Amino acid sequence: MRWGVIVFPGSCDEQDVYDCLKHVVKQDVEFLWHGENLKNGFDCLVLPGGFSYGDYLRAGAMARFSPIMPGVVEFAARGGLVLGICNGFQILCEAGLLPGVLTRNSSLQFVCRQVYMRLEETDTPFTCAGKKGQLLKLPVKHGEGCYYADPATLERLRQNRQILFRYVDGKGKNAAGANPNGSIDDIAGVCNTGRNVFGLMPHPEDATEKILGSEDGLKIFLSIVAACEKREKGARVG
Amino acid sequence: MMRVTIFVSLKEGVLDPQGKAVERSLHSLGFAEVQEVRMGKYMELSLNLPSREEAEKRVREMCARLLANPVIEDYRFEIE
Repeated sequence: MRWGVIVFPGSCDEQDVYDCLKHVVKQDVEFLWHGENLKNGFDCLVLPGGFSYGDYLRAGAMARFSPIMPGVVEFAARGGLVLGICNGFQILCEAGLLPGVLTRNSSLQFVCRQVYMRLEETDTPFTCAGKKGQLLKLPVKHGEGCYYADPATLERLRQNRQILFRYVDGKGKNAAGANPNGSIDDIAGVCNTGRNVFGLMPHPEDATEKILGSEDGLKIFLSIVAACEKREKGARVG
Repeated sequence: MMRVTIFVSLKEGVLDPQGKAVERSLHSLGFAEVQEVRMGKYMELSLNLPSREEAEKRVREMCARLLANPVIEDYRFEIE
């Protein structure tokens, strides 16, 4: 399978995503510059973390108008897999590919620490290699990770089982202090109704080797690989 | 040339931790009468358009597509 990592001006985690895909997960991966149109032939696109366009106006607000984005929207509409991490999640929300929005952390502080998130749904290409209720230990590093959706949207997210991960404590329980940013319903990551677009605030790419303190992030990348291998039997989407 | 001022504010019910922090600071300075603080954004635009109607239409589009996020923000504007 082929991966594309989209680089926006102000992205800063693209190299981490690239390295983990190339050297740890052993994948065919290339960088894609935001200013060019999307090429064909990809199975999964990753929008990495960072501060695209300096977070001007709102985090992710400007990046959604980059030349590559219409191609990304079309790719997603055809069923292509799109993963947004941190700033990538913010961009996907601003672009309308995911519901809701990421706002300033309730603490008003930039938060940089390890968190635990609980896997809530396994019937997606991003979580299929995991088990329901499984805990992943990943780092977060963001100032605007407080997920918000209005009550009607939140209810829809629950009914459609689009909440793929929630922040919990080390025992897997919802607890005060486990949620690093004040996200509504302890949401760490959501997918679209088609289950092919997924955004999360924690960084799986920074938890893929023992030396980094956790390998739990691999679960997400290996899920995607497994899902695409299944798909390979059919026609490539991109 | 028309000057447009745009005010973007958080919708009711959306948490505003920044406003809360400012509210607490005002209280600690002795402004006990402050009931609530809501933070927002203020923008100034100069437009080169022939009519006010056209300007209103264009500014509304700018707000809807970029300047405000309808999930959490409302906007209003004035044209001089």
